[in-house]
Amino acid sequence: MRIPLDWLADYVALPEDVTPEHVLEALVSVGLEDEAIHRTEISGPLTVGRVLSFDDEPQKNGKIIRWVQVDVGEEEPRGIVCGASNFAVDDLVAVALPGTVLPGGFEISARKTYGHISDGMMASASELGIGDDHDGILRLQELGYSAEPGGDARSLLGLDGVAVEVAVTTDRGYALSLRGIAREYANATGAKFNDPALIETRAGEGFPLALADDAPIRGHVGCARFIARAVRGIDVHAPTPRWMAQRLTLAGMRPISIAVDITNYVMLELGQPLHAYDLDRLTGGITVRRAHPGETIVTLDDTERKLDREDLLITDDAGPIGIAGVMGGASTEVTDATNDVLIEAAWFDPVTIGRSARRHRLHSEASKRFARGVDTALQEAAAERAVQLLVELAGGTADSYGATVEQDVPVVGTIALRRGKAARVMGIGYTDEEQRTALQAIGADVRETEDGWSVTPPTWRPDLDDEIHLVEEIGRIVGFDRIGSELPVPPPGRGYTRAQRTVRDTANALAAAGATEVLVSPFMSERQIGMTGERAVELTNALDAERRWLRTALIPGLVETLARNVARGLVDAAVFELGTVFVEQGEHGTTELPSAASRPDDATLASLDNLPLQDRHVAIALTGNRLRKQPGQSAEHYDLADALDFARVAASAAGLEIEVRQGSRGWTHPGRTADILVAGEVIGYAAELLPSVAKEHSLERVVVAELNLERLVQLRRTTLEPAVIAGVPAATQDLSLTVQQDVPADEVLRTVAEGAGSLLENIRLVDDYRGAGLSDGEKSLTFALRFRAPDRTLKAEEASEAKMAGVASAEDKFGAKLRA
Amino acid sequence: MSTFTLAEQVEAAVDQALQDIAAATTSAQLQQAKADHNGPSSTLAKLNASLKDLAPEFRKEAGATIGGGRKRVGQALSERTGSVAVAEARAKLEEERIDVTALPQRRQLGARHPLTMLQDEMSDVFVGMGWEIAEGPQVEHEWFNFDALNVDPDHPARSESDTFYVEPGGSHLVLRTQTSPVQIRSLLTRDLPVYIVSPGRVFRTDDIDATHLPVFTQIEGLAIDRNLTMAHLRGTLEHLARAMFGADARIRLRNNHFPFTEPSAEMDVWHPGMRGGPRWVEWGGSGMVNPNVLRAAGVDPEEYQGFAFGMGIERTLQFRYLLPDMRDMIEGDVRFSQQFGMVI
Repeated sequence: MRIPLDWLADYVALPEDVTPEHVLEALVSVGLEDEAIHRTEISGPLTVGRVLSFDDEPQKNGKIIRWVQVDVGEEEPRGIVCGASNFAVDDLVAVALPGTVLPGGFEISARKTYGHISDGMMASASELGIGDDHDGILRLQELGYSAEPGGDARSLLGLDGVAVEVAVTTDRGYALSLRGIAREYANATGAKFNDPALIETRAGEGFPLALADDAPIRGHVGCARFIARAVRGIDVHAPTPRWMAQRLTLAGMRPISIAVDITNYVMLELGQPLHAYDLDRLTGGITVRRAHPGETIVTLDDTERKLDREDLLITDDAGPIGIAGVMGGASTEVTDATNDVLIEAAWFDPVTIGRSARRHRLHSEASKRFARGVDTALQEAAAERAVQLLVELAGGTADSYGATVEQDVPVVGTIALRRGKAARVMGIGYTDEEQRTALQAIGADVRETEDGWSVTPPTWRPDLDDEIHLVEEIGRIVGFDRIGSELPVPPPGRGYTRAQRTVRDTANALAAAGATEVLVSPFMSERQIGMTGERAVELTNALDAERRWLRTALIPGLVETLARNVARGLVDAAVFELGTVFVEQGEHGTTELPSAASRPDDATLASLDNLPLQDRHVAIALTGNRLRKQPGQSAEHYDLADALDFARVAASAAGLEIEVRQGSRGWTHPGRTADILVAGEVIGYAAELLPSVAKEHSLERVVVAELNLERLVQLRRTTLEPAVIAGVPAATQDLSLTVQQDVPADEVLRTVAEGAGSLLENIRLVDDYRGAGLSDGEKSLTFALRFRAPDRTLKAEEASEAKMAGVASAEDKFGAKLRA
Repeated sequence: MSTFTLAEQVEAAVDQALQDIAAATTSAQLQQAKADHNGPSSTLAKLNASLKDLAPEFRKEAGATIGGGRKRVGQALSERTGSVAVAEARAKLEEERIDVTALPQRRQLGARHPLTMLQDEMSDVFVGMGWEIAEGPQVEHEWFNFDALNVDPDHPARSESDTFYVEPGGSHLVLRTQTSPVQIRSLLTRDLPVYIVSPGRVFRTDDIDATHLPVFTQIEGLAIDRNLTMAHLRGTLEHLARAMFGADARIRLRNNHFPFTEPSAEMDVWHPGMRGGPRWVEWGGSGMVNPNVLRAAGVDPEEYQGFAFGMGIERTLQFRYLLPDMRDMIEGDVRFSQQFGMVI
């Protein structure tokens, strides 16, 4: 909402030396949001000019410029080069003569361009900071201005005025008006407020008008009051007076024609949207009803719109003439030929209007106000004000033709406010006087009761429907700066949960191990989803239709991240992410939306938890070199072993050790894919991407690992039986076993360990040999074993015996042979 | 027999030995000197061997003379061995000298993302006060995301131009637009009083620009107890502001409207470093929890009341480091995280 300060001063006294900053500060203090100050930062000779003649001159670059002679009230015309062509001879224009400074510090000087000396500039609305239109220059007659060349265009255009802009929250429709803002300014400063709605009104009669809403939404009729007033014999060509045009312009609306400008002016002044019909173009009377199936309307913007059963319509005997509160129809709009107008001032239900505006994407000034709730008692005054202005400014005559109909006008309820309630919520010891005065200031009727007050809010505050809202009003009027500062003392907390600690530890461990944490978009393409083989959750209204699924895995996003880094020359990269993945598990959600008036029963609450699986994962993706070429150090690229190491690091943050098995995925290297297990359960994998998949991202070798962090957290080690750390010497022995090449080394190792029994303290794979001395298809695995007894020095024979027991197990299981 | 006396011979042998030992600069030369003057074929050894040929009455004195000579040679050898070893060790170390500024770096340094670190840090502030951290699903039921939070069925925030909906249509599932649904879940499952903060990802159908992301991170707090007031809200927010922006940080509460809270307050923080001069910047929303919200969670608003607040972690990071463009936070360029390293 933009508030021209001189307009505001009509209803509330502003200090002599008022500044826009002061007004903004006052309004912010009562809960409006500071948006901007609009003042045209123009200095110097901005002058009215008349176009005398021009020549179109084509340029080498294909552009056509105009060499224009303009009368600016001097003896000789000025020559000006202009790129626009939306004007004709005799048009009045705004000329920025040399020395003018336009918004943004843009200084105009006489300069040579396109072979001429351009002695100034013909300005567009956007160059003057009064509109977005920069397609052409501003034509003053079009805006309803008449003036002589040489006149001051700055004051003519109202460019010496100032407006402040505030944002108005959705609960405060009344503040989308000068009336509401003036009241709030008065609340903030104590200035006296003169209500412009307090005028004498007349009721019209004789016009056939019917409210016939057969399908109220959520129990509310769409139209609760409709006032119609006729004004006859208006001059639609009457110019909009300069003061009105200036105020409208500063308020951000474009002056159009006297009838439209008056309805807009009254809307801005009082907050009641109005509509003007051409009375002669109406067929019979007006009926307000819901749309019929299949019905259409051509709106003011000449667009044919299909109507919905929920749309509320203004209709005459010929059909729809407007979508109530949203936009009028073309068939009855005021035109150049209009003589008699019918003014509509109605109260429409916020829900009905809000839904229609959204449905038709027509968020007009009118629908914005109706959707927030217009003062239910304002219609007569607004209609009267518009009638008066049409009479005064457009030469019309008011007669008694019109109508007033009402149905189920919302009644403001009376609210009991307990004496100590505001203090208990705000933590401020308000006096009774402060509370009563605050509520009266917002326009409420306040009566003393035994334990507090009985409060009837004003008709423009439909949002005040509960005691707690009155508390807020007291808080805001007395001032939020009165709120104290105190730290609450919660009961002793339990700190982070084990899961929360594990997640943080995992991230820290991976970063400490050399990987860089990144955050990746959770939206994936069909192809990426296909790779993971999971059922994905699809969005109804994705920003990018291509990526309308939620990720089922982290790897695809991380690979894209790698690709972006490599494309930027960061060719050695190790990135990781901890994030949620989403997997559909059948039907989700509910068909019903339970009431929130009270706590739903347990069964209902349980049904609300029918959600897709949302597990946290951790993943890492590596490309390029793990070790870069350096003095005395040759380069080493990342490979699967690194991915597995990072997986080990991640698992270690949960106190877990991983087990690795040969695995496979459709999009990974068939021989370089490892399933990762914890306690016998596959909780992830590590793999090298298929070269073709890496190539799609213009990447060379990429290795990845992804683990289900949720499972790591659940499996997190919680207890440990600590080993005896014996100080006695160890016995170390080596062992070489020959097995078939397809036997996984890790299984052999585990089998030997199991067979060797409790004396074996540690076993490690030292070598995997294939070649001379072995048969085809065989390999020799060499292990280093360390034996120790907890209580004594082992004899060599005891260690050998244990080792041979391990060999026997491996022989049984894999046909392993001891190699001499 | 020589014409020299025994003593003279010993003296000459010792002199020669001491001379050779002193001349030895390497352990090999020293080894040689030892063999020459202290070994079985050395002059002193031979003189010693000849003792047995002397008449017994001369043996004692001759023995003492030779013994004395051998002792002096032995001492000289042992001293020289020590100093040669030291010199040699020093020389070896000197040979091993390297350019310590040119050594290979074998470990890559990793980094956390500043947003997740800031999330941790903000959580730490509350855990330090005895609050707990609560988490919840990102694909959420509309009831938790809107209805229970007192958001009217016709509130514009529920439209598809603000909120991501999940297929199939009509299943009432959304991507949560705030972490407040976690607050409802906490009220439904925890014992009162409740003091929790819920950090996490939230989603809105905003186009990406320098100050908006469709996927961003929030931290929201909820305190429900018997006697909490707006003053406790302010105290808590001031504490957080100081932890985030330094001891001089100030906050301002401005009345605003949110369905979830009543009274509601926009929270501004004074930013001395903003481009264009110090000013108040919007940090988040807050207020006293609306009694309707408590009712939806089965809490009696006559007995309990409390406050809630929420702010964007991206925005907090932006203020703290004057980051001009939020898009840097989600592009995944490793340089962005690496400049922070492990520290925020």
